[in-house]
Formats: sequence, C-alpha cells, structure tokens
Amino acid sequence: MPFGNTHNNFKLNFKVEDEFPDLSKHNNHMAKVLTKEIYGKLRDKQTPSGYTLDDVIQTGVDNPGHPFIMTVGCVAGDEESYEVFKDLLDPIISDRHGGYKPTDKHATDLNFENLKGGDDLDPNYVLSSRVRTGRSIKGYTLPPHNSRGERRAIEKLSVEALTSLDGEFKGRYYPLKSMTDAEQDQLINDHFLFDKPVSPLLTCAGMARDWPDGRGIWHNDAKSFLVWVNEEDHLRVIAMEGGGNMREVFRRFCVGLKRIEEIFKKHNHGFMWNEHLGYVLTCPSNLGTGLRGGVHVKLPKLSTHAKFDEILGRLRLQKRGTGGVDTASVGGVFDISNADRLGSSEVAQVQLVVDGVKLMVEMEKKLEKGEAVDSMIPAQK
Amino acid sequence: MATQFTRMLAGRNTAVVLASLGAGTLATGYLLTDSTAAAERRMLYPPSADFPDLRKHNNCMAASLTPAIYAHLRDKTTPNNWTLNQSIQTGVDNPGHPFIKTVGMVAGDEETYEVFSEIFDPVIKDRHNGYDPRTMKHPTDLDSSKITSGVFDERYVLSSRVRTGRSIRGLSLPPACSRAERREVERVAVMALSGLKGDLAGRYYSLGDMNEREQQQLIDEHFLFDKPVSPLLMSAGMARDWPDARGIWHNNQKNFLIWINEEDHTRIISMEKGGNMKRVFERFCRGLKQVEQLIHERGWEFMWNERLGYILTCPSNLGTGLRAGVHVRLPNLSKDPRFSKILENLRLQKRGTGGVDTAATGDTFDISNNDRLGKSEVELVQLVVDGVNYLIDCEKRLERGQDIKIPTPLAQFRR
Repeated sequence: MPFGNTHNNFKLNFKVEDEFPDLSKHNNHMAKVLTKEIYGKLRDKQTPSGYTLDDVIQTGVDNPGHPFIMTVGCVAGDEESYEVFKDLLDPIISDRHGGYKPTDKHATDLNFENLKGGDDLDPNYVLSSRVRTGRSIKGYTLPPHNSRGERRAIEKLSVEALTSLDGEFKGRYYPLKSMTDAEQDQLINDHFLFDKPVSPLLTCAGMARDWPDGRGIWHNDAKSFLVWVNEEDHLRVIAMEGGGNMREVFRRFCVGLKRIEEIFKKHNHGFMWNEHLGYVLTCPSNLGTGLRGGVHVKLPKLSTHAKFDEILGRLRLQKRGTGGVDTASVGGVFDISNADRLGSSEVAQVQLVVDGVKLMVEMEKKLEKGEAVDSMIPAQK
Repeated sequence: MATQFTRMLAGRNTAVVLASLGAGTLATGYLLTDSTAAAERRMLYPPSADFPDLRKHNNCMAASLTPAIYAHLRDKTTPNNWTLNQSIQTGVDNPGHPFIKTVGMVAGDEETYEVFSEIFDPVIKDRHNGYDPRTMKHPTDLDSSKITSGVFDERYVLSSRVRTGRSIRGLSLPPACSRAERREVERVAVMALSGLKGDLAGRYYSLGDMNEREQQQLIDEHFLFDKPVSPLLMSAGMARDWPDARGIWHNNQKNFLIWINEEDHTRIISMEKGGNMKRVFERFCRGLKQVEQLIHERGWEFMWNERLGYILTCPSNLGTGLRAGVHVRLPNLSKDPRFSKILENLRLQKRGTGGVDTAATGDTFDISNNDRLGKSEVELVQLVVDGVNYLIDCEKRLERGQDIKIPTPLAQFRR
C-alpha cells in the first residue's frame, strides 16, 4: 500500500495520542476493537514486506460506516499481517465470526460427495446456483499492498495454471486491459465479470491501484467455471449455472479447485492456508472457507413476511440483491447465501444453503396458497 | 507541543535546509531509514517489472516518464521516505481524457521536487509552457499597489476572487502526511490566524464539528470545500482520515478565507461580490504577509525556493500558486466562435461557476489566469485585469453590433 512503511518510522516521532485516529463517529469492527493501547503496541511493527498497522486500518478510518451495517474496517496486506497484528485482528475475527477464539481450529472439507441432496431445488423458484471462494497465492503480498511487478507475476502464474486445465475445465483468459468495451459489458451482464471497484471500502484500501493492470477473467468454454484474477483477492474461483442443481455446481467447484491447487503447488506457490484461519484472504470476513454458496431465488411473498429476516438468521443465511453485495432486490428475487465463513467446513456451509433454500421455497409455496407458515419456522441452526 | 516540534525540526533541520538549497542527493542520504527486509523484497522485482503500463494514458507524467528514469528513481526516497511510486500513483490510476491533460503526479513533501527532479523537471516544463526549473528563476511580487485599472464594470463582473496555497515547511504534504502531521498543520495555521486583527479578524470552523446545515451554507456561499470525490485526489491519498484536522477559517466580513488541509496545507482566498479586483488583491497581499509574519514569530515558515517559488502539492500550482478570477457575464462573446482563441491569447482559462471541472450556468463564466509559474503575482493579476477588461470590451462591441478582434498572443516569460 502506498502509505505504508515508507512514512511509518517518521510517524513514530509523534506521540500515540497525536496519531490515534478519531473513531468517535465510526461503526465498524476495527473501530470497536482498536484502543490507544493496542495502537501504541503495534504501530512500530511491520510485516516482512513492510505492511504497517495504519495500512491495515486505513479503510476503516476513511469509512465510518452506517449505523445498520457493520463492516470489518480493516484488511491484510500479506499472510503475515494476521500474525504481526494479532492483537488487533484476533478480537475482530472473533467479533465477526461468532466468537471464534485464537485457539480454535478450522476444518476444511472439499469432498463434494459429503453433501446430502442439493440436486432438487425447484427451478421454478431457484433461478441460478453459484459457489465462490477466494484463494491467495503463497509468496506474494495481497491486493492492498502488492506492487505492479507482483500483481503481474500473480497473473502470469495463474494464467499458466489455468490454461493447462482440460476436459470440462478447458477455457481461456481475458485480460481486462485488452478486452473491448462490448466484451466487457457482455461479461458483466452474464454476471461473470467484475468492475473497477468504486466502493470506497475497497478504494481506500488501495485495491484499485494501477487498474486494469494485471487483472482479468478466465472461464471455461461452457461458462460454468470462472476465475477472477487480482480483484479483491489474488483469485476468486466461481462455479455457477442456471437452475437449482447446487449439488452439481458444488461438485464442479471442488474438482476444479483441487486441480488448480495441484498446479500451483507444482510451481512451489501453493495457496495460503493454516489450521487456525483456514484459507487466508484479504478481508478478515472471508477467512476460513472464503466460501459464499448461494442462489437467486424468487421469494416475493416470503420476503415480505414479518419474520423473513429472523428466518434467515436462524438458518444462518443472508440476503443480498441480485447485483451482489450492497445492491437491492429486483422483483422479489433475492440472492440467498451462507452467512458463515470461519469455523465450519465448505460442505457444512453449502449444506446449510441447500437445506435452508429448500425450506424457504416450501414456505413460499404455502404462502401462495394462502396458508400460514408459522409452524415451519425453523429452530436456530 | 512546540518543544517537541522544535526538537524534531532541529533533527531534520539540516535535511530541510539542504533541500531548500536544492541539494537533493545530500538530503536523501541524510535521514534515510528503511527496514532491510522490506528493501530486499523490493529488489526481487527489477524496475522493468514494476514499470506502469502508460500506453492509454494522457497526462504530463505519462508523457515524460521513461523506463530509464523510472529505473533510476524507483528505489530512492526523500528524507520522509516518500517514493516515486507514491508520487505517480494518481497518474497511473487516472489515465485521463484525450482532450484534458492532467499533471498525473503529486509531491509528498518539499524534498520530492529535488530527489525526483529527473521526472518533475520535465513535467513542470510541460505543464508550465516551457519554464525550465534547471535554468530559470521564479519572481515573487506581492505589492498590490502596482495594479492599474483593477476595477471592473459591475454590469458584467459579478464577483472577483484571488486564491493561492501555502505549505508549512517541515511538515509532509497532504498525500503523505500522517494524522499527527495534519493536526499540527491545523494547529500552526489556526494559532497564526487567531492573531489577525481589524478587518481581517475572524474565527475557525473545524469540519468535524460543523453541523450539516452550516456546512451546506458555506458551500452555497462558495466558501467551503467538500470531501474530495475526484479520483485524481483520492488516488493520491488526499482524502484519508476525512474530516480529521480539516477546517475553514474566515474573517467576520467573509471576504478573506483560509482552507486548512484540503489539497494543500492551506489555501488562502480573498473574494468579494462586484468588480473591485484591486481591493481583493490588496487584501490578499496584506493578509498573506500578516499570516507569514505570525507564523515566523513562532519559528515556522512557508515552503519556498527561487527555482520553483512556493512549493505546493500539485506541480501545476508551483510558483505563485495563484488563480485570480472573476465570475463574468458574457452572453454574446461566449457564443462567438473566436471566444476560445481570444482566451488562449490572453493566457486566460474558463471554468464553470462551480470551479474546476464544472460547466457554466447560463452565460456566466469563471475566467482566470492559466499560468502559475514564471510570472509574479502582480504580473498575473494585471494580466487578468487587462484580459477581463478586454473581454468586457468585446462583449460591449458585440452588443452594439460591432466586430471584435482576436488580440495578439501574450509573451510566455520575460527573460
């Protein structure tokens, strides 16, 4: 990140009180956790690549947040950030991930056969199914911090790995730099592509630097397996298709991920992972599985039910608009996905989505017939 | 607080003095601090791997930066550890528009202009119409009594305004400054301003403590600045920690204002309704001199040197940092196809009444000087006075059905 260690030693000439950010109007996890004591303890530290505490928190300082929406307010610049700045990040992780303790261990399970059901979601309601996750490549710093040279190296390595895939995964890479505007619009409308970030949460963390250098999208010929390169994480891996066959989507997701991982390992650049935090990603909210499995589902009646949000909470699911995070629902169609990332496995999280969506579609059908659904409201999972 | 700063300043004094004398490399070596591990990591990637892709770019930085210059400068730092990559990030992130050539780089501190002179000098030359910082000297002249014919016809000129910027020597500039430094700029400026008397006496409004109604009032009066939304400023890190240590000071008569910690440490503005540019400039010079005197009394000074004049964040504002302008009604002239050429020859530019990058409302334009560097404050204001009088004359002629002439182009620099 440009405002990193280069100015950090000079800042130490100033007292902690003089440098401590004014967080009195802030509502994010970082602002809740950061005290002058923690700031004083960590401000002279840096990771081996030179990432500092102020780099970690800048996005949270610049974006006070909203009383109703609690953002994380900090990012990692490299794998070591989570170690060097433990005193700040552990409580934030605990806050964000339901009390996850520094001593807890995270289970990884990418065996799609362990998923029960998931191939029978009613396509009259479930319009599409999608599973995404992120992966960081060991040996490189993360998007808030990396230089152009690193970002290009990540792109080169990723393209090499991906273009060696075959069978159902055979595809090609489209660098953002050389895409035409028409191609780009098409890919956005297909829900495949990412935009240059406009969200200040991302731009204040330095993730839009040098756009579109080193950014691109790879997808297979069938357009059912995609990889985003160098957006908010090194890689975002996505499996998707129309209809309700989440089981098939998850299968393709797991198989594809394993193949990619093997290739990266062969180049001595495996994925960042450890047994406490699972897969290490830029935003602490995506640690663990980094997995968001979800559907676009028509729930016009259920979504207006007084207990809709409570139902979602109990099912450990969250709703978004069909444009993704921070968008509104269009025509009663919601993006429903798992809320958890850390502390449960991939299989467990997708299972929650499959079971929860199945139940909500049943409830929607009942409401259509004019029947009550109160008896169907689930217990807290 | 002051003692902490004098101690710090004493430690940096030599570097600062060296920098202001133009001895860049000495200043660089003097206070270099860097973690060895991070430095080693940087070396893993040769400069060629890091060179930005500027093929779709149209800004002064992209026009001048070559792989050779980049390689030479990439691993250098200023005494505050500001780097070339940080200076150019805004130009890399904002490719620009084919019709509008922005500068594309900023300074993080005073020494930036020395340590990275290999790229800044050609960019300055490009932006300031051939002014060569290696060979030329910039004149400073704040004697407002020299202005002639400085009162405009108020049937055309609705308001007059002069602004400039000043940076406080020893503190990093807005792209680089830490929260503590920014708060120190605020403290130094506010303490100095509280010493102003008579028609210049006034008070300070911190942005963080202002309520939204006050804020909107000040914006509507053309006094206040917003949190930047322009990506040119955002990519250079100037909106960090907003609104911490930002504010506006103005005198009781609301015709002398200071912006604190927006794009520069301070922006000083003198303005009033009507066409009395001479009085506006007189108050401007008087106010500036008094503020400078007040900060001197406390051991501070403005960043200035004879090559570049007053040092500001954006190279486009070097020299005088001065923009003198009017809001003027030109309903007939603005429709004449020769309007742009007339402005160009008079070395004037037009903007909308909302400031830079806005469109004109109705027939009212913001007309001001193009140049900042290589001509003194008095010369530039006189140029605006003469130019606006010429435009009004053209407008009157067109009203009467008479023809107008394109004036001969003004000379660039006096040698």
